[in-house]
Amino acid sequence: MLSALMTGLTSACAVFAIAILVLILTYIAVRGFSAINLEFLIDTPKPVGEGGGIGNAILGSVLMTVLATGIGLPIGIGGGVYLAEMGSNWFGSIVRFLADTLIGVPSIIVGIFIYTLIVLPMGRQSGLAGALSLAIIMIPIVARTTEEMIKLVPKSMREGALALGAPEWRVTWNIVMPAAASGIATGAMLAIARISGETAPLLFTALNSRFYNYFYDQPMASLTVQIYNYATGPFDVEHQMAWAATLILVGLILAINVAVRYLARRRY
Amino acid sequence: MESKISISNLNFFYGKAQALYDINLEIPEREVVAFIGPSGCGKSTFLRTLNRMNDTIPIAKVDGTVLIDGEDIYSSKTDVVALRRKVGMVFQKSNPFPKSIFENVAYGIRINKMQTSKSDLNDRVEKALVNAALWDEVKDRLSSSAFGLSGGQQQRLCIARALAVEPEVILMDEPASALDPIATQKIEELVVELKKDYTIVIVTHNMQQAGRVSDRTAFFMLGKLIEYNPTQKMFTNPDERLTEDYITGRFG
Amino acid sequence: MENRIIDQQLDRLRDKLLLLGGTTERALQRAMQSLTNRDSDLAQNVLREDKVIDEMELEIDRLCIEILALQQPAAHDLRFVISVAKITPILERIADHAGSIAKAALILNTEPQLKQYIDLPKMATNAAEMLRSALDAFTSEDAEASRRIIKQDRVINKSYKRIFSELIEMMISDPSITNSAAQLLFAAKHLERIGDYVKDICELNVYLTEAAFIKHSKGK
Repeated sequence: MLSALMTGLTSACAVFAIAILVLILTYIAVRGFSAINLEFLIDTPKPVGEGGGIGNAILGSVLMTVLATGIGLPIGIGGGVYLAEMGSNWFGSIVRFLADTLIGVPSIIVGIFIYTLIVLPMGRQSGLAGALSLAIIMIPIVARTTEEMIKLVPKSMREGALALGAPEWRVTWNIVMPAAASGIATGAMLAIARISGETAPLLFTALNSRFYNYFYDQPMASLTVQIYNYATGPFDVEHQMAWAATLILVGLILAINVAVRYLARRRY
Repeated sequence: MESKISISNLNFFYGKAQALYDINLEIPEREVVAFIGPSGCGKSTFLRTLNRMNDTIPIAKVDGTVLIDGEDIYSSKTDVVALRRKVGMVFQKSNPFPKSIFENVAYGIRINKMQTSKSDLNDRVEKALVNAALWDEVKDRLSSSAFGLSGGQQQRLCIARALAVEPEVILMDEPASALDPIATQKIEELVVELKKDYTIVIVTHNMQQAGRVSDRTAFFMLGKLIEYNPTQKMFTNPDERLTEDYITGRFG
Repeated sequence: MENRIIDQQLDRLRDKLLLLGGTTERALQRAMQSLTNRDSDLAQNVLREDKVIDEMELEIDRLCIEILALQQPAAHDLRFVISVAKITPILERIADHAGSIAKAALILNTEPQLKQYIDLPKMATNAAEMLRSALDAFTSEDAEASRRIIKQDRVINKSYKRIFSELIEMMISDPSITNSAAQLLFAAKHLERIGDYVKDICELNVYLTEAAFIKHSKGK
């Protein structure tokens, strides 16, 4: 009786959670789909009534995410390896604590930090500053997932390699890391998905741009900021484009998540 | 008696806790020696002092001498990598690497740069798999994952991996405790077969297994070596009351 | 863990062996009684009882095999089961000899008594006593007692030799008594064999308690 009740209750919760997700996705799709066309995907923003698109914003998002990943991933993974393999001392504990704190810090604070550190000295907002703030958000996430994934590798596997006469660094490099690879990749992809949806830190750092911009030292457009601008505009056409851009962003994040699933499937 | 391994006055500490007390033991060449005793009696710890696997534990401290072929393995001149190549180890839980069957066996060969050519590497892998009585079962799927093998096959793969680096001594830490009777029997047959070329030390909780495979048996309790005798004597007429009580199940 | 499953089984085994030992002992005594008292009914009784003893032997065999297969005894437990398994057929053979003595009694009782039975009953008493003390020594695992009993076998052998030459002389002086004398000789020979068997039981007790094989060795 109680068991049936609990089953009913939990299934209701599950249905509710999924229903909301489906609702949001459908709503975005319905509202956004009609505004999507090739011009919208490649054009730059134009004054209201003249059409325009989000091509430069997509490029900006991709450029900043790539740079942020390029900086954040190696540092994050390296730090995670350190924490897992050698981090059982006071220094490791401090690093771990700081990383956990950083994960919990609201992203806008990271934006302000980079603003003070990079934007003010440089005298202007830039793609570089945007990418750096995204990298800072990324590093602790990647480091902690890497650490957890490495710690999941059974001790016996490590000992098996040591018993064959392998030095510690080789054990880490060609036994432990490959064993944890799919988990680390999953963590990395989730971190990338997370930063590609960030708006707040970019407002201060990358600002926005109405043009295609390939240079990291210039202000750079991004999907999220563009959505923010369109959505807060006074005209219906702008709202329409905000929905369309949202649909594109959601689609990209969905693509990353599918890629995660693909990578996470165990090969060995 | 020609001793391959000679242990004298060995004491072992985890921090301040003493885990082994004054162990003296001679292990003859090309024999199987079984270590038995209740859980936590120190038999696995002792096994791991023979290839310095305890080095990975920062608070571990060893006192006394372990001579293998007359050389003190705890001397400052000892090359731990070379020692572990000479003294192979097989673990309780089979622990194949996340690699193909071939690469699992090839790993130790590559690490120690033993191969002279690609075909030499292939030969060495094949030989190790043959000696571990696994070749016929895996020869058609060498490049598939080691995790696709059954538990017993995985354990024999781990034995093949250990054999591939051409050790002289093989330490086995309860190698069949997680296997079904048929897989266990295969491992036991393998142990008896390997005795021709290797000196084998095996830790086991299975008394009958010690009886079936070993020439000598050492009984440990609370970190002390209680009795060390030919296996046949241990199981029919042990010298010590404690040994008798243990093997007849009066405590355990 | 003093209450082992195997302990119950070993106790059962010990009880069964003692029961078999007691029955064998009684068969021996009654066979001799049937001979000395010329009681043919008693002799028949002894022969009938032999079936019971065979039954007991099989039962002990089954229990030994069961314990070996299921409990896998080691050390003292193992030696105990092995000793019991080897003592059981010895007891059965002693009982067979008792049966043969009873058969001899049946034949002797149809003929006139040859002489006053003196040496033979004494020899029989010796053999029965040896058997009882050998079984006692086994139960109390007293190897020293077993060694003493082994030495007593000489007394029985001496009695046998004396009876043997006495009966041969009687046969030579009066060929008409040959049949009776031969039967008595058989009885004596059976008693002599029983002495040897008791010795085997004692040797097994030394194996049980000391794990030493003293059979076929000089320095007992």
